[in-house]
Amino acid sequence: MPPSSPNSTDRRHLFSWPLVPAVLWMGAFFALPLLVVLAISFASRGPYGGVEWTFSLTNYALIADPLYLKIYGRSLWLAAATTAICLLIGYPLAYYIARAPKQWQAIWLLIVIIPFWTNFLVRTYAWMFILRAEGVLNTVLLKTGLIHASIDILYTDMAVLIGLVYGYLPFMVLPLYAAIERLNPSLVEAAWDLYADGWSVLWRVIFPLTKTGVAAGCLLVFIPSVGAYITPDLLGGARTMMAGNLIQHEYLVIRDWPFGSAISFVLMAVVLLGVMLYFKAGGALDVEEERR
Amino acid sequence: MPLAWIRKTCACVVMLALFHACGPTPDEGATKTSSAHPTLYYFTWSDYVGPALIEEFERQSGAKVVVDTFGSNEELLAKLQSGATGYDVAVPSDFMVSIMIKLGLLAALDLARIPNAGLLVAQLQSLPFDPDHRYSIPYLWGTVGIGYDSAVVSPSPDSWDALWDSHYKGRISMLNDQREVFGMALRSIGASMNTRDPATIERAKQKLLEQKPLIKAYTSENYDQLLAAGEVALAHGWGGAIARAMAQRPSIRYVIPKEGATIWADCLVVLQSSRNKDLAMRFVNFLLDRNVAAHTTNRLRFASSNREAKTLVDMELQANPAVYPPDSVLDRLEWMQDVGETIRLYDRGWTELKLR
Amino acid sequence: MKSRRWLLGISMANVMFLYGPIAVLIVFSFNSSRLSATWTGATLHWYRELASDRALYAAVQNSLVVAGCSTIIAAMLGVAAAVGLESLPTIRRQAVEGAMLLPLVVPEVMLGVALMLFFVTIKVPLSLLTVTIGHAAFNLPVVMVIVRARLRKIDPHLLQAAYDLGATPWNAFRRVTLPLLAPAILGGVLMAFTISLDDFIVTFFTGGPGSTTLPLKVYSMIKSGVSPEINALSTVLVVLSMALVALAAVLQRRGHGVENR
Repeated sequence: MPPSSPNSTDRRHLFSWPLVPAVLWMGAFFALPLLVVLAISFASRGPYGGVEWTFSLTNYALIADPLYLKIYGRSLWLAAATTAICLLIGYPLAYYIARAPKQWQAIWLLIVIIPFWTNFLVRTYAWMFILRAEGVLNTVLLKTGLIHASIDILYTDMAVLIGLVYGYLPFMVLPLYAAIERLNPSLVEAAWDLYADGWSVLWRVIFPLTKTGVAAGCLLVFIPSVGAYITPDLLGGARTMMAGNLIQHEYLVIRDWPFGSAISFVLMAVVLLGVMLYFKAGGALDVEEERR
Repeated sequence: MPLAWIRKTCACVVMLALFHACGPTPDEGATKTSSAHPTLYYFTWSDYVGPALIEEFERQSGAKVVVDTFGSNEELLAKLQSGATGYDVAVPSDFMVSIMIKLGLLAALDLARIPNAGLLVAQLQSLPFDPDHRYSIPYLWGTVGIGYDSAVVSPSPDSWDALWDSHYKGRISMLNDQREVFGMALRSIGASMNTRDPATIERAKQKLLEQKPLIKAYTSENYDQLLAAGEVALAHGWGGAIARAMAQRPSIRYVIPKEGATIWADCLVVLQSSRNKDLAMRFVNFLLDRNVAAHTTNRLRFASSNREAKTLVDMELQANPAVYPPDSVLDRLEWMQDVGETIRLYDRGWTELKLR
Repeated sequence: MKSRRWLLGISMANVMFLYGPIAVLIVFSFNSSRLSATWTGATLHWYRELASDRALYAAVQNSLVVAGCSTIIAAMLGVAAAVGLESLPTIRRQAVEGAMLLPLVVPEVMLGVALMLFFVTIKVPLSLLTVTIGHAAFNLPVVMVIVRARLRKIDPHLLQAAYDLGATPWNAFRRVTLPLLAPAILGGVLMAFTISLDDFIVTFFTGGPGSTTLPLKVYSMIKSGVSPEINALSTVLVVLSMALVALAAVLQRRGHGVENR
């Protein structure tokens, strides 16, 4: 039975003070640090690193350099590619699970989640192990005669893409599953009964009805992918720099904290823009849907 | 609702246990336990850690040693600047020592407590950045050169330009170290690796940009593995690591190019923020002991600064030019030095190299 | 239906994709060759090396302490926040909720860097404490979201009934709301614990002396070169994770059993 909204008299028993500690914590350890970063992004770098508090806009001006814009571009592109591939291979899986008998659904979900429970670095290392020139993939391909010389996959963009897709696939499958599971099967049946072909059923009935799940999954994959650090670092061989690596580079190698802060802020702005576009396009947090 | 009660009780118990464990942070812990079990915080290069060594020191001194690692001098400095205080002993390289001295990060050493410091090898007795060893004692030293698989690379390379040979495209690895990579490029165009001339630095950068398409990876840590596994044919690297690769693949050789290369020394320093400087100096003395040093050299294949250690090292290592540079190459070796403000040009060049 | 078999095929392929690398890791943790991917004989050598790696134990201990403490903080504050939000009028609630969820959309690198700079500015030295604080900060929204989702489904008439029967607000919360929220709280706690155990970037930036956690240790092991000791470690972690998941599933089923009385 859908819950009805509490009427005004009921609210007297609801207190808002439990919210306070959480707000304080987030204020102190999230909002304030971000403000510090913002402040530092307008400062200058000291002689050997560190911060000199002289106001300057040069950091932001420097970012306009095509060199840095290219990094943002590459990060967005890799994140978008990751999202697209995750959607492509995750949707059928989510659909299959959602249409499976109830008792099997839980098992399938567990199967999808368990790899996620192992350490992320360890999983990335697994791909390093597989994709090396003397790794499993090349050894198998060489032994079966499919190729005659090792293919170079590790330390390329391709390796980073594989690593990202592998890391974030569960994040796509789970929201998709949640959305597809709520799909009314009679709607799909109706489409079939009306002589729609498979493609139309998918594109014009199923997909639109699961739009919120798709959007949620895409967000959950896209956002972390843009700021990914480990995957490009380990699988890209310090040749493929994404935004996350650039930020680390500026902070821990060049030690130009003001500039690094400016880069971070622009990155955050870019990501937030994407999120806002999602909300504008009519998306909402999945849970809100239930109220209707 | 028994289940809810069980959950709540468990939560309380877990909470108590964890807060008990959580309670003393390393900062508080150090002072609290200093009477019983002092703790030494050692910050060193990722491949310098030797568990056997640590245990030996712990046994001798009754202290506990906690080791953290870093991958480059810049990372070390960045961590110290970002408030990672509490380290007792660190291992910066030569030029980084002078920067750390300027920044007031180092504690003055009491050489009376470090008798082993009197046994330094001739080349290391009076170094440009700290001639009297007031703040640092050289620990391990060596050269930077090219490691190559002689079975694959011929003729034998003798110049840095071998790393620009498109014949080995995709099979060359470079150090992931700003100063070393630029230093190498600068030597290859006949300039000093400590130049402050912007035009020269720019030329070096252009040459490095030309090289980038040929590079498989920029790595300071596992190039010896790449070389030993045959994944790269030429590797820009520190002599000791190349020597380690030689053990796994005998066809590997090491060469210090004719244009000259870096001579480096990683030094033991005690940090100003250390809470236990006596223990720190004792640890420094321990690491410099000739037996410990010889053991380290055998394991890591980096030459020790202790001149008495050499005779205790494995015979084959004593003769290995990657470990102990022969006198003939000494005149073309250059020490890396702090370049002051000009480092920003190097920074920018390095970033550009990584981004393109 | 034919499409069903096709779907099954893709799903199986997905599963192989997901488990392949893990299977490879496990198999090769028993391989006696250090470098190559060709099978040269079975050995337990790497497990022995793993067992004697003291630095690794220290790292695991650090990870557990940080995960435990930060999860508890995040759980307490997150549940409180979820409950507190319920009392706000809609627009204000959505605004506050949105603001509290910001950490989930900010790139992790940014979180780590921001916390590091914050601690430097207020001159707090980096240590396991700062790491724990950071973990609690990004886990709080996670717990809050999961608990909120469940809280909305709870019929407010139940609470109303409790009040009508004379319960104090605290009792109503303790005996009505909390038990109903229990599965969500458990889920949130498990999620937060996992995320904390797995975290690398925030820990990397906010850690100080002696703050090496398991991911950081694995990272430096990976960087130092390929060693099957990492494979052995991975196998142990996978087996442990699976055991934990099985345990959680069993507990979950028991919990459902009690609720469905």
